[in-house]
Amino acid sequence: MINIVNLHAEVEEKKILKGLNLNVKAGEIHAIMGPNGSGKSTLASILAGKEDYTVTAGNVEFDGKDLLELSTEDRARQGLFLAFQYPIEIPGVSNVNFLKSALNEIREYRGEEQISAKEFLALVKEKSALVELDSKLASRSVNEGFSGGEKKRNEIFQMAMLNPKLAILDETDSGLDIDALRIVANGVNKLRSPKNAAIIITHYQRLLDYIIPDFVHVLYDGKIVKSGGKELALELEEKGYDWIKEELASNAD
Amino acid sequence: MSNYTETDLEKDLQDQEYKYGFVTNIESDKIPVGLNEDIIRLISSKKEEPNWMLDYRLKAFAVWQTMTEPEWGHVHYEKPKFDEIAYYSAPKQSKKYESWEDVDPEMKATMKKLGISMEEQMRLTGVAVDFVMDSVSVATSFKSKLSELGIIFCSFSEAVKEHPELVQKYMGTVIPTSDNFYAALNSAVFTDGSFCYIPKGVRCPMELSTYFRINEGGTGQFERTLVIADEGAYVSYLEGCTAPQRDENQLHAAVVELIALENAEIKYSTVQNWYPGDKNGLGGIYNFVTKRGICERKSKISWTQVETGSAVTWKYPSCILKGDYSIGEFYSVAVTNNYQQADTGTKMIHLGKNTKSTIISKGISAGKSQNSYRGLVQIHKNAKNARNFSQCDSLLMGDTCGAHTFPYIECKNPSAKIEHEATTSKIGEDQLFYCKQRGLSEEKAISLIVNGYCKEVLNQLPMEFAVEAQKLLAISLEGSVG
Repeated sequence: MINIVNLHAEVEEKKILKGLNLNVKAGEIHAIMGPNGSGKSTLASILAGKEDYTVTAGNVEFDGKDLLELSTEDRARQGLFLAFQYPIEIPGVSNVNFLKSALNEIREYRGEEQISAKEFLALVKEKSALVELDSKLASRSVNEGFSGGEKKRNEIFQMAMLNPKLAILDETDSGLDIDALRIVANGVNKLRSPKNAAIIITHYQRLLDYIIPDFVHVLYDGKIVKSGGKELALELEEKGYDWIKEELASNAD
Repeated sequence: MSNYTETDLEKDLQDQEYKYGFVTNIESDKIPVGLNEDIIRLISSKKEEPNWMLDYRLKAFAVWQTMTEPEWGHVHYEKPKFDEIAYYSAPKQSKKYESWEDVDPEMKATMKKLGISMEEQMRLTGVAVDFVMDSVSVATSFKSKLSELGIIFCSFSEAVKEHPELVQKYMGTVIPTSDNFYAALNSAVFTDGSFCYIPKGVRCPMELSTYFRINEGGTGQFERTLVIADEGAYVSYLEGCTAPQRDENQLHAAVVELIALENAEIKYSTVQNWYPGDKNGLGGIYNFVTKRGICERKSKISWTQVETGSAVTWKYPSCILKGDYSIGEFYSVAVTNNYQQADTGTKMIHLGKNTKSTIISKGISAGKSQNSYRGLVQIHKNAKNARNFSQCDSLLMGDTCGAHTFPYIECKNPSAKIEHEATTSKIGEDQLFYCKQRGLSEEKAISLIVNGYCKEVLNQLPMEFAVEAQKLLAISLEGSVG
């Protein structure tokens, strides 16, 4: 699905990613954990195509294409979705209008017909139920006046509507209470299929109680320094990151 | 494409050409340039006006001569040379048109280019159009249908001849000749415009619409509009403008007066898209307009404007809330680009008790333009329980433009409630990125964001006008994508 090889990136001449490797296959869920400032959100932004970052080396293959050559919107149209850590408000633009426009541009790109109003409404109904999103929120302005939890649920709702091949969840669990966490996780689990994949970026193990990852990676100082199964997350929760830093330091000696 | 930056966007905005720049090739009947009593007499006689009208003009001219051009606006421009302007220009016609079929084909073509094909409009939309080509009305439709209801909708010159009692009773009662420099000038030299009277208790069944067009290079256009809604009457009035491309500045100083008698309601909507000048700031229309309405008891006046054109705009559609329980509203979208300058807003003068006003102003600045909101909310000492809500938002595109807000509040009654909210934001890189991450193109994203930003105002426009306005916003920002 996505293969990241030796990725180096910087922002304002500050090196953030320093040779990151990650290979995610269809049907897999990968969790990326790591201390603050290790480059987790930078990775998400770069994959989605945010312009503030400069890729200085490495390459990323997404579904057989050179991801870094594609514009932000074309990456989205190819099936890459980013659930934002801080979802953006767009005053005056209703959620449904926003999604309908997005869905139709994606369809146009793929040479498909525009979605009919009836089909679209049925889809909204189905997918909003999936994340227990109040139908009123679907017709309100995009994220405007939403609570933190509603914004995150709205991200998963959008993801469900757009049905991406690869979803990147950037700290979707931050700021969620336990009920909202369960709802969001539920939504993600229901969308899980052998055809798509997800990268879950998180600080805490608790989300991974609900979404069971196939792999857990530790990102530290711009590199994946340790990979393992879901038990690695539990170990991190228990012991923190210091032991990994120490391990790295002793390896370097 | 993936590296499309805000700088590119700005450049594209600057490069985009005015879409309505064409000149209609119709012979014009012009009078010599310059301004003096003889010119005013000539205008008046060409228009076959009664003496009282000429007197009104001459008095206004005398007042104007004692006045100086206002300089308090946040705009900079070369002052018009009033001696070098031709104050009257009428398309030459051998005779008045008897019917639509008789209208000059070239003029029809012009209207078609403007997207207001009359045939279409007459057939499909039920909008009566009083089309002003330069200064003389050339076609008026639906007149008979309106007259069945006692509604008068005609050119101002016609009203002077046919309904002198109404014109004399109301003209200058809201905007006296001495009101300001440009209103005085207009009162002296106005050429034509629209007149509308809705009788007691009549609800005008269709949107009344006038399209203005300045067509003769070097001709100042001085529109005069008077709308009267008698007791319990209702009218929705639309005004829309485009103008051909010109290198020299053209002066436009209109006066619009609205009179809403007891329980009456007037909705006045404007879409303004005059030539804004080229990307270097050369040419473009000077739009110095005085618009004001007066509200009697329990009446309501609502101004809605979408301003995208003109090089310099100086315009404050206002309401005098004289009667108790009267309501004034002002909804505005002002877009400036390149070197455009706009100083626009409103005045809400609360005189009566329990009067209410709402101000929603949305400014969008791009290029090297300057966009100012200037508003006054004045609560007089007898205006018990007056209410005002103002919201002034500014949206900036790029970092070479400016947005300014000058809100004035004068309150002389302690029972008043006045709220003012203001925001300034940049069209967010973050918003664009978010939209693009969902698969939207930059063009579609900007159009969504801008239309969303202006929604409260666009919602106030009648349906067909709202569509036109949305298109206009899209056109104004179209070049923003490569």
